[in-house]
Amino acid sequence: MKIVGLSGSIVGSKTRTAMDYMLKEVTEKYPDIEVTLIDLADYNVQFSDGRSYLEYEGDTGFVTKTIMEADAIIIGTPIFQASIPATLKNIFDLLPVNAFRDKVVSMIVTAGSPKHYLIVETQLKPILAYMKAQIVQTYVFIEEKDFLRKEIVNDDVNFRINRLVEDTIALTETYTKIREAKEAKYDF
Amino acid sequence: MEKYRIDQSKGIEFGIYTLGDHIPNPLTGERISAEQRIHEIIDLAKLAEQAGIDFFSVGESHQEYFATQAHSVVLAAIAQATSKIKIASSSSIISTSDPVRVYEDFATIDLISKGRAEIIAGRASRVGLFDLLGYNLRDYEELFEEKLELLLKINEEEVVNWSGQFRAPLKDAKVIPRPQNGSMPIWRAVGGPPASAIKAGYAGVPMFLATLGGPATNFKLSIDAYREAAQRSGFDASELPISTAGFFYAAETTQQAQRESYPHINQGMQLINGRGYPKQHFAQSLDTRDVMNIGSPQQIIEKILYQHEVFGHQRYIAQMDFGGVPYEKLVKNIELIGTEILPAIKKYTAKK
Repeated sequence: MKIVGLSGSIVGSKTRTAMDYMLKEVTEKYPDIEVTLIDLADYNVQFSDGRSYLEYEGDTGFVTKTIMEADAIIIGTPIFQASIPATLKNIFDLLPVNAFRDKVVSMIVTAGSPKHYLIVETQLKPILAYMKAQIVQTYVFIEEKDFLRKEIVNDDVNFRINRLVEDTIALTETYTKIREAKEAKYDF
Repeated sequence: MEKYRIDQSKGIEFGIYTLGDHIPNPLTGERISAEQRIHEIIDLAKLAEQAGIDFFSVGESHQEYFATQAHSVVLAAIAQATSKIKIASSSSIISTSDPVRVYEDFATIDLISKGRAEIIAGRASRVGLFDLLGYNLRDYEELFEEKLELLLKINEEEVVNWSGQFRAPLKDAKVIPRPQNGSMPIWRAVGGPPASAIKAGYAGVPMFLATLGGPATNFKLSIDAYREAAQRSGFDASELPISTAGFFYAAETTQQAQRESYPHINQGMQLINGRGYPKQHFAQSLDTRDVMNIGSPQQIIEKILYQHEVFGHQRYIAQMDFGGVPYEKLVKNIELIGTEILPAIKKYTAKK
């Protein structure tokens, strides 16, 4: 199983801090799983111009192809101006229609205000559903007060991320089995 | 319809088209040489003619996994090797070509073939050629509209006066040689939502509609929109031919057809579009209402007749070689088309 962690902002540190914790959890508890973290802050990704993702080169090509090869994607995103950052939306725009078919997608969200809690429900999940993702319904919502100097200081957040990782892997395994069983029944 | 060389009393026309893809056979992992692929395409056109198939066309894609970038050159070879079958591009990317050169090439193919050539002008679903040939992808739509307009004008008028944004103006320009009858059929290739179909209708240009998968009724929307737009522009929609183009594979039984074709279509889609063909969708395509013509000859006959009932189209062209299908399987397909499928669909669609 291939998991890609996608840290969707090029500014700030809280999302990356949470994603690093997620990454540690996956590598320690599930050594057989191949996990990659893509922090968009480390890449120079161009704006989508409508071409097929296979035709982008450099960082843009690397990021899109890595995501397309994943079985599961754990998105980490801050909330800016009551929405997801443009950098994350650009990733969705770079990918084809139905890009997340047969992929499980889960979310870790950091925000400066609890008022942003439903942004995921109203803005991020509809995009993922449109792109045919199997969504892990429960997401981890983390507020500013849960961080101190690039560390998570709320044990509950750690526990919730652990559960998110577990759910993401369990659902990916489950959907893969369902698909394999279904496809085995086809006679072609 | 006469202008477009279509005689409806003979029933729906049946054609074969290839994108000229050059993909390894997924079952063996091996890829034939570009030389062999091109020769097999030419041979396939000859076989198609012998089987009574009406039409054969070759497309251009300028990127990895394709072999017929110079599709007009391949078509010229086919023109020379055949004597009855209609030949065309599927499609010529007019956006990134000079319409004058395209017209000269195809008028010449029309003369070599003695009046059998047609142009299907498209705007490219794969856009690698924009970089390769030095065009800006941002001009995608305007390049196509302007150059198609010029191409159609050249077809109508031997002496052309024209100016536009993407090409030097033409002043009393004589574009020669002329096709055998002075002009030739030029079609607009249409895919996706009805917007492009509507543009074809407004211009009164015959439409080639890509129908790769999904229920036929989905594509009926584009066909209705096309005819309505044509009427609104003052054209008689019943005089404008429509053709559909989609996946095809025939074998003795539907099961066998699905088993033999799926690995190729899946691999072709994976390599070219970056996503395979979902098995669930492929399984659904069994349904008579789905446009994908894959199955036993009987199943395909039923599907084509159903599509004809829904669309009222004049021509259907079949893509059966996508994804490295070995040549001997293509030969078998042609045989099934010639002996079983063609006689039945002609019989039931001939207009009295």
